[in-house]
Amino acid sequence: MAEQLAIGSRRGLKPALPLLLPAYLWLTVAIFLPLSAMVFFSFMTDLPLAGKEWAFTLGNYATFFSQSLYLTLLLASLRLGLEVTLWCVVIGYPAAYVLAKVLKGRSREAIFLLVILPFWSNGLVRIFSWAMVLREGGILDTALNAVLPFKINIDLMYSYPAVIIGLVHSYVPYMVLTCYLTLQAIDDSLIEAGRSLGASRLQVLKRVIIPLSMPGLIAGAALIFVPVVGSFMEPRILGGRTGTFYGTVIEDQFVAVFNWPLGAALSFILLAVVLIILGLAAPVLRRAA
Amino acid sequence: MAGVQVANVSRSFGAHKALDDVSIDFADGGFYALLGPSGSGKTTLLRQIAGFDFPDAGRIAIGGESVERVPVEKRRIGMVFQNYALFPNMSVADNVAFGLSVRGEPKATIAVEVQRALDLVQLGKLGGRRPHQLSGGQRQRVALARAIVTKPRVLLLDEPLGALDKALRVDMQIELKRIQREIGITTIFVTHDQEEALTMSDRIGILRDGRLVQEGPPEEIYDRPQSEFAATFLGDANIFRGDAIGNGIKLPDGTTINAASGASVPAGAKASCAVRPERIQISAGTAKFDAGNANTLKGQVSKRIFAGNNSTYFVERDGQTLKVIVQNTGAERLAEGEPVVLSWSPDSTVLIAAN
Repeated sequence: MAEQLAIGSRRGLKPALPLLLPAYLWLTVAIFLPLSAMVFFSFMTDLPLAGKEWAFTLGNYATFFSQSLYLTLLLASLRLGLEVTLWCVVIGYPAAYVLAKVLKGRSREAIFLLVILPFWSNGLVRIFSWAMVLREGGILDTALNAVLPFKINIDLMYSYPAVIIGLVHSYVPYMVLTCYLTLQAIDDSLIEAGRSLGASRLQVLKRVIIPLSMPGLIAGAALIFVPVVGSFMEPRILGGRTGTFYGTVIEDQFVAVFNWPLGAALSFILLAVVLIILGLAAPVLRRAA
Repeated sequence: MAGVQVANVSRSFGAHKALDDVSIDFADGGFYALLGPSGSGKTTLLRQIAGFDFPDAGRIAIGGESVERVPVEKRRIGMVFQNYALFPNMSVADNVAFGLSVRGEPKATIAVEVQRALDLVQLGKLGGRRPHQLSGGQRQRVALARAIVTKPRVLLLDEPLGALDKALRVDMQIELKRIQREIGITTIFVTHDQEEALTMSDRIGILRDGRLVQEGPPEEIYDRPQSEFAATFLGDANIFRGDAIGNGIKLPDGTTINAASGASVPAGAKASCAVRPERIQISAGTAKFDAGNANTLKGQVSKRIFAGNNSTYFVERDGQTLKVIVQNTGAERLAEGEPVVLSWSPDSTVLIAAN
C-alpha cells in the first residue's frame, strides 16, 4: 500500500489531469460560476436587469438579523431537518440491517429495488401522490374507515406531519443505501464472536454493529439533513399554510417576490449555518465512528 | 469446565445432510480435533456445540446440562474464529474485556482479568493497540485471550491456525497446547490439517460426509484405522484389496497378506489391508526371502524422492503403486527401475472390512 502511494506521488498530478479535468471543468462551469454570481447578487441592492440602478450593500444580510421571522424560520427548518433525519435513521437503519445481514440472494435484490424505487419516480409526482393519500377522503382515510368499525377522520394534508412524511419518504433511501454499504462490510463472524462471548443480540448491535456502521449513518445523515433544511417543495405542497419554512421563503424571493439578492443572502446564511453545524458535529461524530 | 456430549445429532440443510447421526463424547479437560475434508460436517458440528445452529435431532450436553435449544450467548463457551473476528472498533484490551463487560463485571475486576489473559498469551504490553496494528500471530493470541478470559466451560476453535504461515503455525500449536494445559479447559478444534490434529490433540474424531468415521487417540487411529478413508486421510497408507482369509486377505494374484490386528471379517468377504509406508522394509533383489510369517512382495522401483532425512520409494507391483519411506541411515540407495523385495510384519498390517 505504502509502495503504491509512493509510486502515485512520484508520477505527480500531470498524468491524472485528463481524468480530473472534465469533472472539475464541469463543476466550475455548472456550480462554481453560478454560485459566484449568487454571492455577488447577495451584496446588491437590486438585480441589474432592465437597466435598474444597483449598488453594493450588506443590507440583505442585515435583513436576516433585523427581522426575527427569518431566524424563527431557520430554527424551524433546522428542527425539520433533524426530525426527518432521525425518522430516516429509525426507518432506514433496520431496513438496511435486514438487507445486509438477513436477506440473501434474490429476495435481497427484490427488496433493494423497492428501496431505490422512489429515486426513479419524479419528485413532484411523488409528493402529489402523498397529497392524495393524506387528505380527508383520500386513500388513507377511506381505507382506514373501510376496515375500522368506528368512524375516524384522517386529514393529515397541510400539516407538519404531512411535511415530515413526504420528506422522510423522499430521503429514506439515502439512509438505507449508506447504511447498507457499511453494514454489508461488517463480517458476520464479528456478530457471532460477540454472541459467543455472552452478548445478547441487542448488546452486539449496540457495542459492535452500530459503532462499526457509524460512517454510513453519518454519511446518510449529512446527505439528508442538508437538503431537508433547505427544502421547499414538500413543505409547500404538503404543508400548505403550515408549510412555511426557511426554504420556502428563499424560493419566494426567487420565484414570487423576485428579490434575488435577499434570496441569495438567505441561502448563504443557511449554507454557513449548515457548515458550522457539520463542523461542530464532525469531531464528535469522528470519535463515535 | 466441563465435558461435552454429542448424542445422535443430525442436521440437514435442504436435501444436504450436513450431520448424520453423530455421537461423540468429549471428556472434561481433553484436547480434541475434529478432522475431515471440507464439507465433511466438522464445522457444522462445532457450530452445533457452540449454539450458532440447532440440531434437527439429537442431544448436546455441556457439563451434563442439555443445551441443544440454548442460544450461543447462554452456553458459556469460548470460541476462536478462523479469521479471528476481533472487533476493529476496539483496542486489544477492550476486545478481551468484551465478554466480561457485557456480563456487567466491575471495571476493576475486568482490568485485572484482561491483564492476566493478555499475559497468558504473552501480549501483556499490547493492550492499547488496535487489532489492525497486530501481526497475524498476535491477532490469533488476542482472539484466544478474548475467548478464555470469561472462563468458559469449553473452548471451541475453528481452524484457528489456518491463516498463519507454516513456521508461525508450529509455534502457535505449541503455544495453544501450553495454554490449554495451563487452564485445563475442554478444547475442541476443527482442522483439515492431519498433522495439526496428530501433534496437538489427545483424541481425534474423523468426519466424512456428515458421519463420524472413527474416533480415538491419534496413535490408535493411525495404527489401527477402521476404514480405508481413516487410513488414507490420517497419514499415508498402502491399501491392498482382496478376499478375507481369517487374519488377512488373499490378493487377486494369489499372494496372501497377513494382518495381526483389525476387524474380523468372515472368510471370503471383500476386505482390505492397510500398511503405513514407513513400516515396510525394502531391499534390492528378486529372491523372495523367508522371513517367518512376514508379508513379502516383489516389485520394481519406479521413482525415488529424496527428502534429506528420508527417501520415498514408489514401487510398482501388479498394477499398483506402493509407497515406502526409508530413513536415511547411510545405507545404499536403490536406483529407479531396480527390482526390489518389500517385506513387513503382520503387526504393522491392519485388516479393514470393505465398506
